[in-house]
Amino acid sequence: MDEAVPHLQVRQLTLQNFRNYDDLHLTFPGGVIAIVGSNGQGKTNIVEAIGYLSTLHSHRVASDIPLIRHDHTSAVIAAEVIRGDRALMVDIQLNTGRANQARINKVAVPRTREILGVLTAITFAPEDLAIVRGDPSERRAFLNDIATQQFPRLSGVMADYDRVLKQRNALLKSAGGARRSNLEAVSATLSVWDEQLVEFGTELMCARNELIVNLAPLVASTYAEIAPHSEPLSLSYDDSLSRSEERPVTYDPDAVRKAFFQALDTKRQQELDRGITLVGPHRDELRLTLGRAPVKGYASHGESWSVALALRLGSYDLLARERATPVLILDDVFAELDTRRRRHLAERVADAPQAFITAAVDEDVPVDLVGCWLEVDKAEVTQRDR
Amino acid sequence: MYEGVLADLIDELGQLPGIGPKSAQRIAFYLLQAEEEDVKRLANTLLEVQERVKFCEQCGNVSEEDICRICRDPRRDPSMLCVVEESRDVIAIERTGEYRGRYHVLGGAISPIDGIGPEQLRVRELMQRLSDGAIEEVIIATDPNLEGEATATYLARALNPLGLTVSRLASGLPVGGDLEYADEVTLGRAFAGRRRVD
Ligand SMILES: Nc1ncnc2c1ncn2[C@@H]1O[C@H](COP(=O)(O)OP(=O)(O)OP(=O)(O)O)[C@@H](O)[C@H]1O
Ligand SMILES: [Mg+2]
Ligand SMILES: [Zn+2]
Repeated sequence: MDEAVPHLQVRQLTLQNFRNYDDLHLTFPGGVIAIVGSNGQGKTNIVEAIGYLSTLHSHRVASDIPLIRHDHTSAVIAAEVIRGDRALMVDIQLNTGRANQARINKVAVPRTREILGVLTAITFAPEDLAIVRGDPSERRAFLNDIATQQFPRLSGVMADYDRVLKQRNALLKSAGGARRSNLEAVSATLSVWDEQLVEFGTELMCARNELIVNLAPLVASTYAEIAPHSEPLSLSYDDSLSRSEERPVTYDPDAVRKAFFQALDTKRQQELDRGITLVGPHRDELRLTLGRAPVKGYASHGESWSVALALRLGSYDLLARERATPVLILDDVFAELDTRRRRHLAERVADAPQAFITAAVDEDVPVDLVGCWLEVDKAEVTQRDR
Repeated sequence: MYEGVLADLIDELGQLPGIGPKSAQRIAFYLLQAEEEDVKRLANTLLEVQERVKFCEQCGNVSEEDICRICRDPRRDPSMLCVVEESRDVIAIERTGEYRGRYHVLGGAISPIDGIGPEQLRVRELMQRLSDGAIEEVIIATDPNLEGEATATYLARALNPLGLTVSRLASGLPVGGDLEYADEVTLGRAFAGRRRVD
């Protein structure tokens, strides 16, 4: 392990009314932590909570509601996070019917997104097959998670962009019904939202492009290691501007801004007819290609798993290089992998400053690497020897 | 839980902004135990506010007269106009003591999600006020959030052809917030450091 690179570690975790836990308090060492037990006992729930602190959402569900214990109105995830030689307390209260509230060292922050960057973690889970096989929105969500962990500031830009997009779509929808005579008035307000859409959208697109440029070689080399007999994997940014302008955009902010305004201009009538915004980073695609064929629709089951794994491990390497080595979370994945991929993943786990691995049976864990065994039985967690 | 008129009171209080069911209960029980004259005074004040307070015909601020105190005050600089979203913002700016001109209250900000466009705001009234040339500088002091920014940009574009000086509060206000919650010092400095928009 390179001593110069700071790494992150979760030293303590407290869960209150989170999933099936009423009040759980755990202390973790560095190294490899195995969380084992029968199905449905609460293994994933523990790592889901850790992952939540790093991305502000679950890796399993879109909404926070299922995370709150039945018959309760709020849940708490609290952790002590070590970064280099510094310890930070971070906690978040998830609430039904009102805004979540987060704190750093017990001091409330105005917005929960301000805790992003305190804990960086990469989760690899069965749900990740959706990055490869699902809609473009899955791949955008994947990019967003990495981007906000690398540059937490971007989460504010994303929130602003989403809000402007909603406002602009509402205006387009109401304008669609408007009579021609009203069109001039609509255009005047529309151009005001155009300006903000382009401002935030440009920042997002430039950040995404940079992310993909940095990520691509790391993901490609990981993929080559775990699937040496497969065609090479490549990542590219298929942004909605190039698509509508029918020529590539250079990712200089001024050039993107110009192309963005032009694309909005070209699409204006179509946007008014359909009542939605047709260009912008909300229509971006991360294109994944194996050799000449797109991964989606062409890759085999095993190849799809390898691509998903390579995307996560490449992200891990990127964050380790650019920020600090993240916590590695592997939820129930060893069972899904063949020998070669298991071996590769085990090598990565061996190098990780802290890794959490969940599995229903001991055999689905790289046994020799494990430093701490936790057994989960009906939301009771006990430490045991191998 | 509670019945009859007490339940009605709790419901009514719960309708008020910023008051949840628990606070509504607490206030209701406080009122139950309060002196009769105190309760009567409160009830009368509520009725009086309803009867007497209206909106200034000129600037849209709350007022007991047809024309509000600020619009009537001859010591106010007639060449300066500050455009705000709500009457609450007028009070916040007055507290800073930095501004001696008059106001124009829009009644909100552009927000298509809520069905609010320029036509729903007092923009036409603003253009009328500016038509006689007496006002030389317009300061746009909408909230430092997306809707406030959009409204400011819209107004700046509409006002620019009139050949006035149009300025916007300096940044430094907490982004994403409401003007009325900015402290006096911050708001005062934003006023002093306002910048021209072209
Ligand atoms: N909001 C909730 N309130 C109470 N219990 C919940 C809640 N959400 C999930 N559970 C319970 O948590 C359990 C699932 O926990 P978890 O997903 O961690 O299982 P697991 O140990 O990872 O199982 P597997 O080996 O099948 O992956 C289920 O029994 C489920 O009923
Ligand atoms: Mg599980
Ligand atoms: Zn007035």
